[in-house]
Amino acid sequence: MSAIAYKSGREPHAREHRVVFRNIDRDGWDPSLATALKNGAYEQLNKALTMEPTAVTDEVKKAGLRGRGGAGFPTGVKWGFIPPTNTKPVYLICNADESEPGTFKDRYILHQDPHQLIEGMVIACYAVGAKLAYIYVREEFPEAATILETAIAEAKKKGFLGKNILQSGFDLEIYVHRGAGAYICGEETGLIESLEGKRPYPRIKPPYFPAAMGLYLCPTIVNNVETLCHVKHILEIGAEAWANTGTPNNTGTRILCVSGDVQKPGYFEVEVGKVTMGELIHEICGGLKPGRKLKAVIPGGSSAKVLRAGESFTVGRGDAAKTIGLEDIPMDFDTLAACGSMAGSGGVIVIDDSRSISWVLNNINNFYAHESCGQCTPCREGSLWMKKITDRLVAGKASPSDIDTLDSVARNIDGRTICAFGEACAWPTESFIDKFRDELVADTKPGLETAIVNAESLTAAANL
Amino acid sequence: MSFLVPATVESEIDERITHYPVSKRSAVLPVLHTLQHHFGYLSEEAVEWTAAKLDLEPIKVLEVVTFYPGFRQSAPGKYHIRVCRTLSCAMAGSYELMESLCAKTGIDRSGVDHHHPIALSADGKFSIEFAECLASCGSGPVCMVNDDFYENVSDVDALIQQYP
Repeated sequence: MSAIAYKSGREPHAREHRVVFRNIDRDGWDPSLATALKNGAYEQLNKALTMEPTAVTDEVKKAGLRGRGGAGFPTGVKWGFIPPTNTKPVYLICNADESEPGTFKDRYILHQDPHQLIEGMVIACYAVGAKLAYIYVREEFPEAATILETAIAEAKKKGFLGKNILQSGFDLEIYVHRGAGAYICGEETGLIESLEGKRPYPRIKPPYFPAAMGLYLCPTIVNNVETLCHVKHILEIGAEAWANTGTPNNTGTRILCVSGDVQKPGYFEVEVGKVTMGELIHEICGGLKPGRKLKAVIPGGSSAKVLRAGESFTVGRGDAAKTIGLEDIPMDFDTLAACGSMAGSGGVIVIDDSRSISWVLNNINNFYAHESCGQCTPCREGSLWMKKITDRLVAGKASPSDIDTLDSVARNIDGRTICAFGEACAWPTESFIDKFRDELVADTKPGLETAIVNAESLTAAANL
Repeated sequence: MSFLVPATVESEIDERITHYPVSKRSAVLPVLHTLQHHFGYLSEEAVEWTAAKLDLEPIKVLEVVTFYPGFRQSAPGKYHIRVCRTLSCAMAGSYELMESLCAKTGIDRSGVDHHHPIALSADGKFSIEFAECLASCGSGPVCMVNDDFYENVSDVDALIQQYP
């Protein structure tokens, strides 16, 4: 393939390894099928259709592809959870509800390279035996919904979708389903409820995976946009070569989205684990703003536990165990988990010393209080109380004991809810208190010890 | 006031319903989106019309309308602005952006709360609300005006001028 030219000022960083983002910001590129076909689109579909469906799943397993939406679960294993004795229809849903604060990668794929996603979806549907698939795209991406519907119509016209795809005998319809502005629809069982036309209340587990029972109570595979795009690249270069990028158990490339207090925020596709947090911030993102110091990083979307500058982490086991600092952390799934946080959705939010930790936490708590679906009491009530307490904190009306109350509220949510939103909303508060308690306490007023039972303090700034 | 869905809108709705061969109820969101796009908001009549169209009890539609922040039960301005409120945009100045947009369009947000998130200008031309993460955190502050998306917003005058 000839060298790819990118738009001026939008060139990838030298440390990037572009696979899924190969065509993003590309000079002369557009989302049409004609442009995609000139660049090899749907060739991997052609190849997949000559393989046994289980052989496609095996390739994805061998590649070690882990879900890019947040949980990092092995994709091929997830596909394998469809019961072998199943006689019901199988569905596939692409989760394009990108809503985790700090995450902005799927947006560019949907707007600029829809055929990459559609090809990945057709291959995935062939592998799992799905004949009906949906792309659940968030309501705030109206242009993306139109672009996807145009792309689907183009693909159908050329025989890449619809009946008897490329004369293989395989049939598949894909439809776009628009959400309506609710973060909880990113939770896969909430998404399924939403697609069934209901409030998106996440379902009780077990079954733990919609592959056992999902849409219309049938086996359903829900995968993130970036994950599905990787499927065609695995077939293109082969599972083994694909797994040679990245690091063991953290294979391939992934898109890191960096926002907050860096000189050059943006999206960067890198080999998983080959770039450290420090390299990402200082080299790829041009460092911090002049005169500022690094204070904290939220490494995987706003639900991920915060990591403090100056903290030390023990990673590796046995003889390989070592102590590293925040800026030494390789950006992979396993190390970030070992550091007590997570790689999540790849959304890295950098916080410098000009920021008030109380203000940051309060912004996050406002988000989760707004987005709790309200189904489970600990989360519905707790997320609101965490917001009310940090609202008081930033208004200078909190007492020192409020920090203990805040901590207790958070720790009574996590582990006590139907879905992972409970952890998502509690982890920021838990980790901010663990790592920045002194700073939070410094924003309280000791004279206000009794304020907690004062009616005005209970409602102050809490107009939620 | 009688509630009349134009034939072109209804045929678009009928086509969308075919995307859900297993269950018509799945079409609740797309039907509501199409109606909201046409009428600007979802009235009681729109809820009842949707329920009748999909053979549902109206409460099954109303509970969806009241849950999702993307559905409105009152008319917004001719131009509806959504400013991202969430962390990365807030760090990039989205609260300041909200203030300048309100000043520019003459909107008073003092009555806004969780149940009434939208504030309207006196002439009804503009309405505004905070939205949670619009997924463009690297180019904040960001906002939407109707379906148009704007990133790195700094010149409020130039932005508003595009909406006469």
